[in-house]
Amino acid sequence: MSNANPLLDVSGLTKHFPIRGGFPIRRTVGAVQAVDGLDFSVAEGESLGLVGESGCGKSTTGRLITRLLEPTGGKVSYRGQDITHAGRKELAPIRSEIQMIFQDPYASLNPRQTVGKIIAGPMEINDINPAGGREKRVRELLEIVGLNPEHYNRFPHEFSGGQRQRIGVARALALEPKLIVADEPVSALDVSIQAQVVNLLQQVQKDLGIAFVFIAHDLAIVRHFSQRVAVMYLGKIVEIADRDDLYGNPRHPYTRALLSAVPEATADDVPARERILLKGDVPSPINPPSGCRFRTRCWKATDKCASEAPPLVQVEGNKPGHLTACHYPETEGTVPAPRLSKDPQAAV
Amino acid sequence: MTSTDQQSFLSVRDLKVHFSTEDGIVKAVDGLSFDVAKGKTLGIVGESGSGKSVTNLTILGLHDRARTAIDGEILLDGKELLTASERELERLRGNKMAMIFQDALASLSPYHTIGKQIGETYRKHTGASKKEARARAVEMLKRVGIPQPDVRVDDYPHQFSGGMRQRAMIAMALVCDPELLIADEPTTALDVTVQAQIMDLLKDLQQEFGTAIVFITHDLGVIADIADDVLVMYGGRCVERGTKKEVLRSPQHPYTLGLMNSMPSLDGPVDVPLSPIPGSPPSLLNPPSGCRFHPRCTFAEKVAGGFCSTEQPALEVVAGRGSACHLTPDQRREFFADFAVARHN
Repeated sequence: MSNANPLLDVSGLTKHFPIRGGFPIRRTVGAVQAVDGLDFSVAEGESLGLVGESGCGKSTTGRLITRLLEPTGGKVSYRGQDITHAGRKELAPIRSEIQMIFQDPYASLNPRQTVGKIIAGPMEINDINPAGGREKRVRELLEIVGLNPEHYNRFPHEFSGGQRQRIGVARALALEPKLIVADEPVSALDVSIQAQVVNLLQQVQKDLGIAFVFIAHDLAIVRHFSQRVAVMYLGKIVEIADRDDLYGNPRHPYTRALLSAVPEATADDVPARERILLKGDVPSPINPPSGCRFRTRCWKATDKCASEAPPLVQVEGNKPGHLTACHYPETEGTVPAPRLSKDPQAAV
Repeated sequence: MTSTDQQSFLSVRDLKVHFSTEDGIVKAVDGLSFDVAKGKTLGIVGESGSGKSVTNLTILGLHDRARTAIDGEILLDGKELLTASERELERLRGNKMAMIFQDALASLSPYHTIGKQIGETYRKHTGASKKEARARAVEMLKRVGIPQPDVRVDDYPHQFSGGMRQRAMIAMALVCDPELLIADEPTTALDVTVQAQIMDLLKDLQQEFGTAIVFITHDLGVIADIADDVLVMYGGRCVERGTKKEVLRSPQHPYTLGLMNSMPSLDGPVDVPLSPIPGSPPSLLNPPSGCRFHPRCTFAEKVAGGFCSTEQPALEVVAGRGSACHLTPDQRREFFADFAVARHN
C-alpha cells in the first residue's frame, strides 16, 4: 500500500504526441493521446505491475517516469522532488537512482562493447568509483545476476537471450538504484527461460529492496511479480489494487474480460472461468471514445458512459486502496457477463 | 494418434530435415512421426529452435530444396508429398492444404488490396473470374468477422489492425476450403482479448468444415484451449505425445513437466519462486549426445547406468501415448508426484 511518503508519485500524468501534417505549412493537426491522466504512486521497495494490451500507453508511462520522455501535463515527483520538467543537470543525480530494463535483450546491448564495458557504463557516466575499482564491482554484479565473472571480456553475441537479459539486469543494478522500471523484461524470451529471469528479478527486489514498476502484458507473470497492479486501457488506469484484490475481485469489466481471456494450461474440459469475448479492437488513441474509453467494447455501456468519464475511485464494496473507474462496477460472485454473441457481424 | 479408429488425414513418418550450412549440418528435425485426423487439432509445443516451424514448412514444400536433405514420408490423404513435383504441390497448396503465418503484416503484400490477395488463391485454383473472386473475398471476410466486408475488401493491409490482419490471413487460408490447415503461432503477436477471438473463430470454422488443424505454439495455455492431441518437441525430436488431457494432466517427460512448472498461473501460489528449467535450449548444429535434454534435466543423474548422455531414448508409443525418456515408469511416478499434488489439489 502506498504510504504518506511514496518514492515515486505521479498525478495527472499526460503525454500527447503531436501529429503533424497539412500543406503547404505543416502544423499540428491532432495528437496521439498515449497517456491521459494517470495517478499512482510507488512506495519504497514495492513492486507495481502495469498491465494492458498493446497501445494502452504502458511503455510510454515507463518512459515518462524515467524521464526519457517529457510529459505534456501532470506531475511526476521522486522523493518529493518535482521532476516533471527537470532539465539535464537537475536530473543527473536522480537518473542514477532510477534505472530501466528493456524488452529486447538483442537491441539494448551495444554489440561492439564487452560485457564489462556495458555494465561499467553507468558508473563511467556518473563518475562513480567503487572501492576496489569498477572491474571488481562489475564482477560482483555478474555474480549477482548468475553469470560467470570470467565472462567480463566477452561480447553480447556470445550469450543467449536469457543471459543477455541478465546482463541488462546487471547494468541496471550497477548504480544501486532505488527504482527500476522493467518494460516487458521477459516477453522476448523462451518460456523455459522466462521463469529464470523472473526469479532473478524477484530475488534482486527482495535482497536489495529495490522498488519496481513492472510493465508487461502477461497477466500471470505480473501477478507473480507485483504486490500492487494497475490495469491500463487506452491511456488511462481503469483499475488499481493490491494483487489479491485485483485478481480475486476484479470490479472493472475490462479487468474481468482481460483475466477471462488468458488461456490456462489445464486439462479440464470446463474452463475455470467463463470467458468473456470482447468485440472488436481497441479504438485509436488519436480519437478516443468520449466518456469511458472502454464503452465501445463494454457490454454494460449506457448513455451515461458516453457522456461522463468515470473517475478512478474506491467504489462500493472495494477494500481501501482498490480503485475502479467504472459507472457500473461488477459485483463479486456474479456470473461475469453473458458470453457475447459469436455472430461475426457483431465484431466491430 | 490416440484416435486410431479414425483415418489419419495427414501422416508424417520418421521425418528428418537437415540443412547444410557453412558451419556444418543443422539437424532441424530428426525423426518425427505424427498423424492428424479430419476435424481434429494437433498442437505442437516447443521453444524456438525445436524444429516445429521447419516441420510445417516441409509439409507444405516451402523449404529450399537445394540446401535441404529430407528423409521420411509425408502422406496427405494417402498422397506422398516429399516426392511430389512442384506443379503437383502448387495444386495442393492453398487448395487442399493452407497455412496461417505468425506475422500477418509481413506475410501480406503491402502493394495489393486485401481482396486481391484473397482472390488470387481462389482464381488460381478454381479459374474464377475477377468478379467472382472479389465476391468470394467479400464472403470470406464476412465469414471471419470483418465488419463491412464489401468496403474493407478494397483496403490495403496497413489499413487493418493487427487482429483484423490475422483474420484476413485466415480468410486467405480458408478461401478454397482446405482440408488441412497449418497455423504457425497464429496468435502469438496478438493481445489476449484478440487471441481469444481468433481461437474461437478457428474452432467454429473447424466444426463447420471438419478441417484438420496443426497448431504450432509455445504457449501451453493455448494448447489447452484448442488442441485434441499434443506433441512436445525438443531439439528437433518429439519428446512426448498424447491426448491433451494425458499430456497436461500427467506429463511423462521431464521437459514437459519443466515447461508446466515454469509457467506462473492465475491462481497458483505467488510467494514461492517459479521453478525454471536450468540452462538454455540446445544448438542444433552440435546437439548434446544421447538425450538432447539431458544437460538441462534434473533427473538425468537418477537414471541407472548414466544412459542419458550416451544413448538416445526411444519414443515408445502405445495407443498414441508415449514419451522418450530413460526414466522407468516407477521413477516417473515417484519424481513427478509433486507435480500432480501442486496442480490438481
